[in-house]
Amino acid sequence: MTVNTTNTSGAGYLQAVDLLKRFDEVAAVDQVNLSIDKGEIFALLGSSGCGKSTLLRMLAGFETPTTGQVLLGGQDITAMPPYERPINMMFQSYALFPHLSVWENVAFGLKREGLPRTEVKSRVEEMLSLVQLGNYANRKPHQLSGGQQQRVALARSLAKRPKLLLLDEPLGALDKKLRERTQFELVNIIEAVGVTCVMVTHDQEEAMTMASRIAVMSQGKVLQVGTPSEVYEYPNGRFVADFIGNVNLFDGHMSVDETDFCEISTPDGVVRVNHAVSGTLGRELTAAVRPEKIVIAKIKPDGVHYNLFAGEVIEIAYFGSYNTFIVELPSKHQVKITQANTSRYETSDITWNDRVFFWWPEEAAILLTS
Amino acid sequence: MKRLMVAVLKHTNWIWMTSVFVFLYLPLGFLIFFSFNSTRQDARFTGFSLRWYEALMNDGRLIDGFWLSLKVAITTGTLSVILGTFAAFVLVRYTRFKGRALFSGMINAPLVMPEVIIGLSLLLMMVAVQRTTESWFGIGWPDRGFITIVFGHTLMGMAYAMVVIQSRLRDMDRSIEEAAMDLGCRPAQVFFLVTLPNIAPAMVSAWLLTFTLSFDDVVISEFLSGPGVTTLPQAIFTYARRGINPTVYAAATLLIATVTIVIVSYSIWMARAQRQRARETQAAIRQAHQYND
Amino acid sequence: MWQLLGKAGKRGVIGVPYMWLLVFFALPFLILLRISVTDMGGGVDPFVSLAQMQDGVWTLKLKLANYVSIVWDDQRPGEATIYMQAYATSIRYAALTTLFCLIIGYPFAYFIARSPERFRATLLMMVMLPFWTSFLLRVYAWKGILADNGVINRLFMFVGLTDAPIQMLYKDVSMLIGMTYVYLPFMVLPLYATLVKMDDRLLEAAYDLGARPLKAFWLVTVPLSKAGIVAGSMLVFIPSVGEFVIPSLLGGAENLMIGRVVWDEMFSSNNWPRASALAAIMILLILVPLAVYYHYSGEREAQAGQAS
Repeated sequence: MTVNTTNTSGAGYLQAVDLLKRFDEVAAVDQVNLSIDKGEIFALLGSSGCGKSTLLRMLAGFETPTTGQVLLGGQDITAMPPYERPINMMFQSYALFPHLSVWENVAFGLKREGLPRTEVKSRVEEMLSLVQLGNYANRKPHQLSGGQQQRVALARSLAKRPKLLLLDEPLGALDKKLRERTQFELVNIIEAVGVTCVMVTHDQEEAMTMASRIAVMSQGKVLQVGTPSEVYEYPNGRFVADFIGNVNLFDGHMSVDETDFCEISTPDGVVRVNHAVSGTLGRELTAAVRPEKIVIAKIKPDGVHYNLFAGEVIEIAYFGSYNTFIVELPSKHQVKITQANTSRYETSDITWNDRVFFWWPEEAAILLTS
Repeated sequence: MKRLMVAVLKHTNWIWMTSVFVFLYLPLGFLIFFSFNSTRQDARFTGFSLRWYEALMNDGRLIDGFWLSLKVAITTGTLSVILGTFAAFVLVRYTRFKGRALFSGMINAPLVMPEVIIGLSLLLMMVAVQRTTESWFGIGWPDRGFITIVFGHTLMGMAYAMVVIQSRLRDMDRSIEEAAMDLGCRPAQVFFLVTLPNIAPAMVSAWLLTFTLSFDDVVISEFLSGPGVTTLPQAIFTYARRGINPTVYAAATLLIATVTIVIVSYSIWMARAQRQRARETQAAIRQAHQYND
Repeated sequence: MWQLLGKAGKRGVIGVPYMWLLVFFALPFLILLRISVTDMGGGVDPFVSLAQMQDGVWTLKLKLANYVSIVWDDQRPGEATIYMQAYATSIRYAALTTLFCLIIGYPFAYFIARSPERFRATLLMMVMLPFWTSFLLRVYAWKGILADNGVINRLFMFVGLTDAPIQMLYKDVSMLIGMTYVYLPFMVLPLYATLVKMDDRLLEAAYDLGARPLKAFWLVTVPLSKAGIVAGSMLVFIPSVGEFVIPSLLGGAENLMIGRVVWDEMFSSNNWPRASALAAIMILLILVPLAVYYHYSGEREAQAGQAS
């Protein structure tokens, strides 16, 4: 069963239609179709080389598509140069003009529009107070910290009130602590302004936290589009399942097919899933179950009839808020299980080389065909 | 003895460097020292005197030569930087176009070629052009003089300027140009508002370099100058061939003094600006950590 | 791609310097070649007209005798002409200068590159300072220093090394000193640029693997600085071949270099065609080193591109 959700309204505010970009023989962006709604924060998620940056640059106008169109508010902007598009981008390196002050950086785009001086002034001040850098107006970029530079870059890209805001790996240059705080700040500012936003990232946590919808990309293609929970709970294939978070995969073929449940026969045992699936007996399927949905214990539980397995603990990692166990089944298949530390005293008594049992409820696993 | 050898080996680096520096500065010292000599001697110091500086002030050839060289050098510097910036831009940004190899070859050649070849070929061309314009229009242009010298110097200067500017252009962060375009700048505006300010220091260095090279040039000037047009190095060269002339030493000392002051102040200023910048960057980072920014 | 300028703008940007170079670099060479096969003009004209219109048809007269006379002297067949001798001398001196510059300059550049970072800028400035003060004046100074009654001779006699002054001027010694002196910075700078970029850790790795310092130097440092060595050597060798000022001031009749020969042909004999032919052969001589230089500077460009 595959789930692929797209927005329901049909024509989006920003549309990519059959976008293809070829460099020599390689298609960096391969027939991508996207429809993005007004006001949403949309993430392009994938590892390096998947084409997300090229796609973003085509939206900005720095790359021309080999074939395909980009439509903004119904208008075809494919052939428009970047300086004519009502789109602004926040660069990964921030790209602040080193020879200009913060104030002049933010005012730069406004001056190109030929706005009167008073309006430029009020707009710049508005933007600077939005990012809380009002007191830094006269500083030069090298006199600012990384986080401050980013806020200037953001203010600068919002100053012209663009119809679309593009973010290129917005949190890439920040360290972990700063990243967490900045994630929420960014989203708040963007939502306060109400601008439609497309962001590019390789960090799934970033995408899941900030975006209202995510497109998972690999090798130039969009594999799945959906809200964070949709993509996480209902990945439409092995790649997406494995890319987002962690997942355990059990390959097998359908052995029982009923109206309200089915069973997959795998080398490790039988996996039962609580819904029906299209197809015939013997069909090859993969059961995918997330580590946090698996329960682990040293004693065989009573009352668990399905999805019960046994194995040996070969690896334990302690992460403070949760533990991770790697359990090896007789078939040498390794399964990852995470267990939250809910109580202070109850450090798990499971240790290396213990024989353990683990199980999960019928509704926890999902079936994948690819 | 062994201890001496060990000591020498240990400090080879300083000994070698000092020796080479002595070698490099010996002539300079000589010029300065003997410019104050009271007689024409250049081996015995017979007394302190400023007579050669007086002679310098009264030497028409040297003074005229100085002004001409100054004019030529300023013109050359400016032209070279403009052309050099174009050339650097072409080489760094346009990696594929027809005739790029030829372009690259032509622009790098003056850096290495013997000046005699450059001077000779340019002279031949100028004369050929002059003949042609004379037979076509009745007036021969260009006359050998200021313009021809400037053309020759600029050919050299352009190559040096390009090298200096090219390296800065290459190191520049290109995303700021894209940012400028993203914010509404048309390509030409991007160049003047963003690229140019960022390569400005390199352009200044290039100007200084080509100015100096032009001011100092003998061979090309000799080939391309005409009657009555003599640059300072040409005048000095004439004196030099004839023999010892301490007036030249006086001129040399003034030149050395000027150059030293300019270079040392430039270096100090640059070092200070860099340190200031580093301090500000550090301060910003520290402040950020304090407020957990 | 918006390549910073539209297509028309791009052509303009490339076009301006390109035109300049074609007019002031390529064209003169073509004219040089043409004149090298022309007759000497009588009277004021240094050469007869380049091409002639006869009955509406352009004709070109080619005179190869200029080239022949350079290589072969009718009066003394079998002996090298003064021109050939001059070429040989020029190459010899250029090679020696390059060698000396390398021997003196490599350790010098190496030591500066290995100095503590805070000294390097100052040291470099001190190397460049003489370069910025007229080279003509500095060569002139050597004339005074090396004269028979000059500083060095007086020093030798004072110390007792010799009784009568040693003639140093207008001989090999003074020429080589002068040329090495002038061209040393051209060797030092590219070497320094290469050496300073070299990663210390490579040497540390070599030591760690058991190489003693001298061996590590030969096996690691020198090969890595090859591009700098070649660039520096070419920057010294190629211009030295045609050097004119230093031989004029410090050289004599016995070490006639081709630069002076060309000059004399141009301005003393007024034989522009032969001077052009001499220059054309000089260009031929330096074509191979020139090609080597381009190859290595292209490689350095590529390295720089990779590092960025």
